[in-house]
Amino acid sequence: MNFALSEEQEFLREAARGTLGRASTVEAAREALDGDELPDLWPAAVEAGWPGLMVSEERGGAGLGAIEAMLVFAELGRVLAAVPLLGHLPATWLLDAAAWDGVDALAAGERRAAFVPAQPPAAGEPEWTTDPRDGIVRASAPVLDGGTLTGAVAWVPDAPGADVLVVVADGGRVAVVDAADAEVEPVRRYDATRSLAHVTFSQSPAVDPPGADAAIAWHIAQALLAAESLGAVEAALEASVAYAKDRFTFGRAIGSYQAVKHDLVEILRRQENARSLMYYAGWAAQDRADEFPLAAASFRTVAGAALDHASRVQISVHGGIGATWEHDAPLYFRRAQLSRRLLGGAGGAAGRVADELFEAARREAAAA
Amino acid sequence: MDLNDTPELAEYRTRVRSWLAEHAAEAPARDGDEHEVVAAHREWQRKLAEAGLAAVTWPAEYGGQGLGPLHQVVVNQEIGRAGVLGIFDVIGVGMLGPTIIAHGDEDQKQRHLGPMLAADDVWCQLFSEPAAGSDLAGIQTRARHQDDGSWRLSGQKVWTTNAQLAAYGLLLARTDADVPKHKGLTMFIVPMDAEGVSVRPLRQISGDAHFNEVFFDDVVLSPGSEVGPVNGGWGVAMTTLMFERVAIGLGGEGFGWRADRFATALMHDEAVTRDAEVRHRFGAIAAEFLALRFTGYRTLTELQQGRVPGPEAALAKVTTIAAAIAAGELLCDVFGPEALADDRFGELVSDLPGLKSAGGTEEILRSMVGERVLGLPPEPRLDKGVPFSELGAKTAVPS
Repeated sequence: MNFALSEEQEFLREAARGTLGRASTVEAAREALDGDELPDLWPAAVEAGWPGLMVSEERGGAGLGAIEAMLVFAELGRVLAAVPLLGHLPATWLLDAAAWDGVDALAAGERRAAFVPAQPPAAGEPEWTTDPRDGIVRASAPVLDGGTLTGAVAWVPDAPGADVLVVVADGGRVAVVDAADAEVEPVRRYDATRSLAHVTFSQSPAVDPPGADAAIAWHIAQALLAAESLGAVEAALEASVAYAKDRFTFGRAIGSYQAVKHDLVEILRRQENARSLMYYAGWAAQDRADEFPLAAASFRTVAGAALDHASRVQISVHGGIGATWEHDAPLYFRRAQLSRRLLGGAGGAAGRVADELFEAARREAAAA
Repeated sequence: MDLNDTPELAEYRTRVRSWLAEHAAEAPARDGDEHEVVAAHREWQRKLAEAGLAAVTWPAEYGGQGLGPLHQVVVNQEIGRAGVLGIFDVIGVGMLGPTIIAHGDEDQKQRHLGPMLAADDVWCQLFSEPAAGSDLAGIQTRARHQDDGSWRLSGQKVWTTNAQLAAYGLLLARTDADVPKHKGLTMFIVPMDAEGVSVRPLRQISGDAHFNEVFFDDVVLSPGSEVGPVNGGWGVAMTTLMFERVAIGLGGEGFGWRADRFATALMHDEAVTRDAEVRHRFGAIAAEFLALRFTGYRTLTELQQGRVPGPEAALAKVTTIAAAIAAGELLCDVFGPEALADDRFGELVSDLPGLKSAGGTEEILRSMVGERVLGLPPEPRLDKGVPFSELGAKTAVPS
């Protein structure tokens, strides 16, 4: 038994931190809110081999697993780096599983893919659904019919600028669509580092590669979003602890007061719980595929709540300055606020945890 | 990441499993006449010990198996899988025995460890007092050295599990009040049948008495009752508490509070499992229990590699209690007032408010982690470096 990162995994994480440390990503996140262009980190990602991370070696990728992808995402989250991998990695995983022809170019980063997600069916909801543009009623996944795809999907991560759209259609079928054959309306809301689009397909030509499991791609996306949140929690905790040691009131450092100290320890508690679940998701992806949906949904639930909490505490520990435009805390807060509302939302993940456990309990009861 | 057994551990697991399968019929019942249940449970501990399934990590010379924490976990898992009870004296074998092995003299080890392991002698832990819980070094029970080398003991302990059954207790007493509070403490072995020892059950919210108060009225302790050096009791107590943390880390799900069991409890009504509020609340609670399970594997990995477990191990207790409170509330919300009186859930609701302070209050734990792990500056401490006798009213029992 060994439930820790391997030396290679630690090295991958350190290397990712080094790569991202060469760009001022947090500053760029603030400037982008005022309309500036974000720096293009794709060349750095290509150099680091991230586009092909989850593609098997015989198709030009690194052949690594979910845990390695999550470690990279935690590093992206720490510094709010805008690299369009949340769309690219689940898409390439699907195409690699389907042995799709064009996956080599995607693995090399010469072309970019975006996963156009649909949530797999769950208790009480037998259909594949997508996030609604507004409101709480979930939308239907696009319909694949005789080689063409029709429908619309809102709030798709990393679709702007993608060359290939890997779409989950009704019934969980996968449709590969050339981005030029779809209408991609870029939308930036609240967190300028998050590239989103509303995507519309009108009888768009689509290829349906066999052997791709769309449900797993959904859960991979959940795990990546969770890992990104975990990284942001780490950064928020480090900044808050440093300030609590430095800032004095009534003759002593504010970190010596229990009220402040206990809030910071609460971030640490949630962060470590999230980390344990990241390892669970990584282990399940590799050794216990039937538990991966549960592991990914649990990880998202805990990591998302951890970032909600940490991003608020970071603001309050810093006092008034923490709520100003000059400070980094609001950027992490914006990240938290938007993330919890994407990819089925925080509530969708918690509901999935319950559904998976009820289903497992039913199976066990039936077997007994 | 790998949760598989090594070939050696897999073989060990097979042996443990087959012994348990062969002897499961001899395992005691959980319910029934209290005295009979306890007697049968002690007999079961003796059998487990003879089979090498108790004190797995104790050295072989004291009756243990000399194996590592992973072997203990295998035994815990297999006992759980077989659905039988484990050993009776978890506190003695898990915490007090290892403390005596670490700090006791050879005579104490030879005399006490065997009967403890066989459950011939039950042990209790006599640390906490009415005015010294989280701030354990504030204890007031006094042991005064006599000219003949014996000690005279007076004071009161509280939250003592199994005191009513115990043959011996491991007791922390003040032996020098004229030095700062951590420096004047000594650990003793106390025979619970000595004259002047009285035990009173302490009932709690549920109405049951899981703990006792223990009073010492001029009790005579024979020479050589000290464990470790005189006035070196704080270090001995830290050893005990370290074993307590290890035991909690190894038996994280030992209370039976697990995501899958709560799912089974809720699943009896199909409509419940479709309800959006139940799904969201249960999903959040279950995710915390899953985090605890996999935090346990991280802790074990560190122990196995000879490292001290990180902050995730210390904070597991906070998560455990918070998640169990939320689970109890959800179950009672779903099943209504009747559930409050239910043995399964009602006790969960009633016991947890008190358990929150077990082993030190949550607030003290958070302060400790904030200072030792995050490196935050300490709260000002008014008693630092001050002789205990000069602390005066600040440490007195509220009247």
